[in-house]
Amino acid sequence: MGTERKVNNRRKFFQTSAALVGGTLLYAIIKPFEALAQPKEEELKTDKANLPLWGMGVDLEKCIGCGKCAEACKIENKVPKEPFYFRTWVEQYTVKNDGTVKIESPNGGIGGLKQSVPDEEIFKSFMVPKLCNHCTKAPCVQACPVGATFISPDGVVLVDETYCIGCSYCIQACPYGARFMNPITKVADKCTFCYHRINEGLQPACVEVCPTNARIFGDLRDKESDLVNFLQVNPTQVLKPHLNTHSRVFYNGLSSEVK
Amino acid sequence: MEEHYKHLYEALSQVDGYIYPNEIDLHWGLMIVLYPYITGLVAGAFILASLERVFNVKVLKPTYGLALLTALSFLLVATLPLVSHLQHPLRAYEILMTPNPTSAMAIFGFVYLWYLMVVLLLEIWFDYRLDFVLWSKKSTGFKKYFYKIITLGINDTDEKSAKLDDKLGYFITLIGIPSAFLLHGYVGFIFGSIKANPWWSTVLMPVIFLFSAMVSGIALVMVIYMVVSWIRKVEIDMPCLDTIAKYLFYILIIDFTLESLDQIHRIYEAEESFDIIKVLVSGKLNITLLIMQVMLGTIIPLVVIGIFQVYKPAEKIRKFSYFFVGILVLIGIFFMRWNVVIGGQLFSKSLSGFTSFKAVYSGLEGYVMAAVWLIVPLLILTFLLWLMPPWKKVVTHE
Repeated sequence: MGTERKVNNRRKFFQTSAALVGGTLLYAIIKPFEALAQPKEEELKTDKANLPLWGMGVDLEKCIGCGKCAEACKIENKVPKEPFYFRTWVEQYTVKNDGTVKIESPNGGIGGLKQSVPDEEIFKSFMVPKLCNHCTKAPCVQACPVGATFISPDGVVLVDETYCIGCSYCIQACPYGARFMNPITKVADKCTFCYHRINEGLQPACVEVCPTNARIFGDLRDKESDLVNFLQVNPTQVLKPHLNTHSRVFYNGLSSEVK
Repeated sequence: MEEHYKHLYEALSQVDGYIYPNEIDLHWGLMIVLYPYITGLVAGAFILASLERVFNVKVLKPTYGLALLTALSFLLVATLPLVSHLQHPLRAYEILMTPNPTSAMAIFGFVYLWYLMVVLLLEIWFDYRLDFVLWSKKSTGFKKYFYKIITLGINDTDEKSAKLDDKLGYFITLIGIPSAFLLHGYVGFIFGSIKANPWWSTVLMPVIFLFSAMVSGIALVMVIYMVVSWIRKVEIDMPCLDTIAKYLFYILIIDFTLESLDQIHRIYEAEESFDIIKVLVSGKLNITLLIMQVMLGTIIPLVVIGIFQVYKPAEKIRKFSYFFVGILVLIGIFFMRWNVVIGGQLFSKSLSGFTSFKAVYSGLEGYVMAAVWLIVPLLILTFLLWLMPPWKKVVTHE
């Protein structure tokens, strides 16, 4: 008799434990889908086609490597001034006569890039501004364990500073080196296309200050926009196309040396 | 902060070639080296235990309980280096509350909890329940209360209940084997799925992690078994030790083959990233990869245990060699993790240059803290061995 009762006890104990563990797991699995049940999200989805889809064109033939864009970005977005944190930067490529390639970007190009290779050794040289590519299939968004980094409905890859746990996995996942760990906020930081500015109808800071209009910012859905026109008249390319990230930053005149 | 900047300025002055400006700082340091190392030890120790239980390798009996307790001790610590490396450790629970279903890292919390709560704790509990009941009657003080509570009120000691424990324990081990595979294969996937990093991005990564985990876990239990026997002043069971070494040998061969395959594949395909990886392996990683991992951690152990498979010298020599080989393998696998985690961040994703890594002694990411995370599991194990010594158990399963 006694044994039976105890065996039942044990069964009960396992049932309760299993229910508790199972319940917690189930809750955690269901929670992320909670948003789907809310009608608000539905409305947003139907509106998506009416929203702009932000992108950028970079005309390498126009970039002179003055570094004003990188400087303006740091000021506008309060990026730490130390030379380890950049939302955008400019690289100087120099192909020498012997075929070797020298790449430089001291302090991200802030203060202007100067040629360190003697003229007679240079085969060709050009500047390449870099920034977050706001990928349609962003590896960083895929990797973030808590969903703190996401693509906004208008196509901008953003980080929720109040949510990021600071694991750096997104930084590892970004093929372009466009992310960094902000030493002050202690969360992943990156280019937002100056989201606070574009929502007010302004241009991103880097576009605004560029003296040669090498950066063209605009709405990829607006067929009348300068950006769509730029894509129409120029043969453009994205960085690292083999990684299939469907980047939304397009380069005109991109040379094969650029990595 | 000033210290950190100073450190980065120093790294900046040592950059070789061109790296993206955000790449000067290595975002994953020693703590992330420890994470796959410790989880690997857990998975490996568990698989050794299941060899006895499920695959019926009876000669391994003396290490069964020890292997399980070793796995538990290390598993309890496994997440701590991970959480301490987060910039916002207090937000860590978000991984469990709102996991991103597409993230390879997000599932870790669940795999970990499953492994800890469902596999290890349950298996150990079923294995010890009867002993807890018996010990609670004989002990006094803290131990008595602990045993009483841990029986969870199930105090029957008859044969029928012991059989039930055994059956359920066996069933849990059965679930445990794929779980151990999942636990560590999954850790490999965290690295293997990063397409941005050619040093990590290989489909073999989870398999390599899995086999290296087995290698390290088996070596760890082998060393711990010898040390515990010496401390207890009991005779080491030589057939058991020889068998562990035999398994270590076979799995080390598989591990070495897989890793060689990975490298040969890279060399033969010689993709875009190959030039920089070649420089990485022959330069920045030559000591940690070629000497520590391949020479000390793989080739010497393979040769030594390999010889013992055909020629068996005196017991004393074998014991000494096994101990020595076990330590070498443990060092080798540590450097394997190092080469993956640190090596993968030393070269720029622009494939045009290198940054440098200088570990510090102090701080949450330093050597001292790393040593602490490796010593704490051993202290937990010592405590567990005192509290529930496997050698004092009544035999519950044949």
